[in-house]
Amino acid sequence: MTIQDYPVSFEELEPHFDHFEKVCGTSGIAGNLRGEIRPGGNPFEGARSDEYPTPPLPPIYAAELFEKATAELGYKSFPQPSANSSIAFTNPYGVRLGPCNLCGFCERFGCFLYSKASPQTTILPILANRPNLEVRTSAYVTRILRDNNGKNATGVLYIDEDGREVEQPTDLVVLSAFQLHNVRLLLLSGIGVPYDPVSGEGIVGKNYAYQMNSVTAAYFGEDVEINPFIGAGAAGLRIIDEFNSDHFDHQIHGFIGGSSIFAGATGGRPIEQMMIPPNAPKWGKEWMTAIRRHYRHSAPIGAQGSVMSYRDRYLSLDPTYTDGHGLPLLRLTFDWHNNEYKMAAFSAARVQEIVRVMKPEQQATLLMRPGDHYDVRIYQSTHTTGGAIIGTNPSNSFINRYSQSWDVSNLFVMGASAFPQNIGYNPTGLLAALAYFSAVKIRASYLKSPGPLVPT
Amino acid sequence: MRWKVLIPVLGLAGLCGMLATIGAASILDRAAGEKDLDAPAPNATLIARGKYLVRLGDCAACHSVSGRPAFSGGLRFATPIGGVYSTNITPDPEYGIGRLSLADFDRALRFGVSKGHSLYPAMPFPSYANTKPGDVAALYAYFKYGVPPATTPNIKNDIPFPLSMRWPLTFWRLLFAPRPEPFIARAGNDSVIARGAYLVEGLGHCGECHTPRNLALQVRAQKASDGPVFLSGALVDTYFAPSLRQGSADTLGDWTEHDIVSFLTTGANPHGIVFGSMTDVIVHSTQYLTADDAIAIAKYLRALSDPVGPSTRTYAYDDRDHSALKSGDASKTGARVYIDNCAACHRPDGLGYERVFPRLAGNPVVNAPNSASLISIVLTGSRTPRTPETPAQFSMPAFAWRLNDQDVADVVNFISSSWGNSAPMTRAAEVAAFRKALAPSER
Repeated sequence: MTIQDYPVSFEELEPHFDHFEKVCGTSGIAGNLRGEIRPGGNPFEGARSDEYPTPPLPPIYAAELFEKATAELGYKSFPQPSANSSIAFTNPYGVRLGPCNLCGFCERFGCFLYSKASPQTTILPILANRPNLEVRTSAYVTRILRDNNGKNATGVLYIDEDGREVEQPTDLVVLSAFQLHNVRLLLLSGIGVPYDPVSGEGIVGKNYAYQMNSVTAAYFGEDVEINPFIGAGAAGLRIIDEFNSDHFDHQIHGFIGGSSIFAGATGGRPIEQMMIPPNAPKWGKEWMTAIRRHYRHSAPIGAQGSVMSYRDRYLSLDPTYTDGHGLPLLRLTFDWHNNEYKMAAFSAARVQEIVRVMKPEQQATLLMRPGDHYDVRIYQSTHTTGGAIIGTNPSNSFINRYSQSWDVSNLFVMGASAFPQNIGYNPTGLLAALAYFSAVKIRASYLKSPGPLVPT
Repeated sequence: MRWKVLIPVLGLAGLCGMLATIGAASILDRAAGEKDLDAPAPNATLIARGKYLVRLGDCAACHSVSGRPAFSGGLRFATPIGGVYSTNITPDPEYGIGRLSLADFDRALRFGVSKGHSLYPAMPFPSYANTKPGDVAALYAYFKYGVPPATTPNIKNDIPFPLSMRWPLTFWRLLFAPRPEPFIARAGNDSVIARGAYLVEGLGHCGECHTPRNLALQVRAQKASDGPVFLSGALVDTYFAPSLRQGSADTLGDWTEHDIVSFLTTGANPHGIVFGSMTDVIVHSTQYLTADDAIAIAKYLRALSDPVGPSTRTYAYDDRDHSALKSGDASKTGARVYIDNCAACHRPDGLGYERVFPRLAGNPVVNAPNSASLISIVLTGSRTPRTPETPAQFSMPAFAWRLNDQDVADVVNFISSSWGNSAPMTRAAEVAAFRKALAPSER
């Protein structure tokens, strides 16, 4: 394992978590308000300075059954905080969001109610009329340019929609092209030393991590109306945090990390999200009968698990495959390790116990077992991390605590590429808090006196 | 705009040999207005005041067209006999109004006469007629010194001769436009309400859309003292500009002063959200109102009582339709269409979400004597304006492509007969006419 701590504390990031939640109109209930543990929220969370900006959404029915079952087992379930505003809400920028109505089309769709937080519902409306903003769409950035000694970014090179290469000079580069592409652009630009898994030297591409998830499907039978088309994304889910992170004693289990455990589908889309028992036929009349019998009466209970970082799991430029411009694609070298198989088996066992109390007709668990390999073709999670990690010095990280490149001080890298290892939660809150922490520092210090914000 | 229908009528009259009247019209046009006015020396304060008044008068609505320099004209008003174009009112001496004296400017603004002939009443000079001399001078100063000159030639109106002759407009003007007189507050009137009257009846030219017109297309009332028909609601193109008076369910009855101010400055309040051409009015004009002027307008409108029209009914919420939908009963005509297309945002209880999706229950637009606005919004959708206070824009999609005429009529009838609403019934044939007016790609 090549895991490491963050160079910034929760207390330092807390105001930025809080601000980001207010920008998004995040719905939820505080479990720890200024040190006071409050019923209904997550008792394991750090001390929050404020309540969530909008109240939690009502639980969907599967989440209600989960609430009862977990209470019976002595766990403290709480509404999963979600960036779906639950009421008509005006965020700190003055942008108004609509209320989520659990329409069922959150994941992978635009939100017609303006409640799912995204740039166009939260921030772009105030930027749209700013005279000092220009957005160039259809610009495919291929490289960050630097001066002769390589210590300063001088611009970026991009290909416009007519295929022309354009050089854009700049004083400051903020790289925020999503975790994977951030790493690819750094490698294509030759910034930093590419990670070498053999020697363990180098930093760019190091500590790629994913998530290890499992899901137990509960088939309740036709008397129980789950109606999975109600609810969407994180909205209306209920969750427990007893088996995540350091919230339980790992000593006898032989692994580190853990999972958040939650109930309720992220959607009820036809075909892809229709649940039938594993022994049902996959096509034909019998399949249709099974769909009719189970679609409205089944629910998934999931475990979203952490993945540690390892010396042999990394990102690099592909030696063979290139994109349409002849530039190497990003290569992902990854498979599961023993720690994660154990963590997943432990988490799935907890889920199965909960599901038994929910009393379905039958249940079935999808779980990675030792010997099962990572398969990039099967969707498991969008939560990919690492490759341009954050740390205390240039030998253990690509960026400092302000997300500033150690090598090129006018380059800042935002995104989950900063995570030294992955967590059993969704990554957006943490990466946004790191970004705001950085943005505040850029405005307060860097712009006045450009240069390294952390001495080396 | 229906006044355009007038052009062929008057044009034909012209053909009937009334040549003598042409000469008379010319003399009358030249006699309009003051001979000379002394323009005050321009200064920053005067020009800034002019800029504010130009926004109140919403001159940009017609004289600024996207893609062309500000105030350089070029907006086409389609009429059955051809197009009339708004003109360049920048200070360019050749293409604009740079050579106009203050008296010339005053003549165009308040008398509707420019360069010796009468203007088409698309220019709301009957409303502008009450503008006070000091404000005319400020407007003049802004157009002369605050607007960059644009060498943009005017677009020639494409109305063929003899329909293009202007002398009939002179007689329309003399018959129907009020005698231009600077606004004088009625004795004993509250000074704030008087300020509101000056703005609403004058530069704001609210009555041009919100007051019904007569056969010759002149507005039936120019000001509050002309009677309760003033601002009592009127059909404008494919929308019904609702009553701005006080009283029944189709007026601004339960809007507080604060609600009116909020609507004018942001386009939304707890009762509803702006739509149709009023959206542009908010964006170009009323969002700039000073707090004092916005309150003056609100107080003035709140004082316009005596509703007219068939309805003196006040609104009260009725829960039965919501209860039916909640219990799964969609048997009422249009209920199913409403649930499938509208309820996700406007909710089964018709209450919407404040300043996001407008409430339909008790909305004066829904209770108007004419469902044109509802039909148009259902067919074409709507989008809220962006102002500094309301940066988020909310859209309603167009439904023309997925609802047929009967569906639209059904859902409009459902909305206007549910939750305590009441309005005349809409027939599918009426919807068909609205659909026909849309561009082919929108139908």
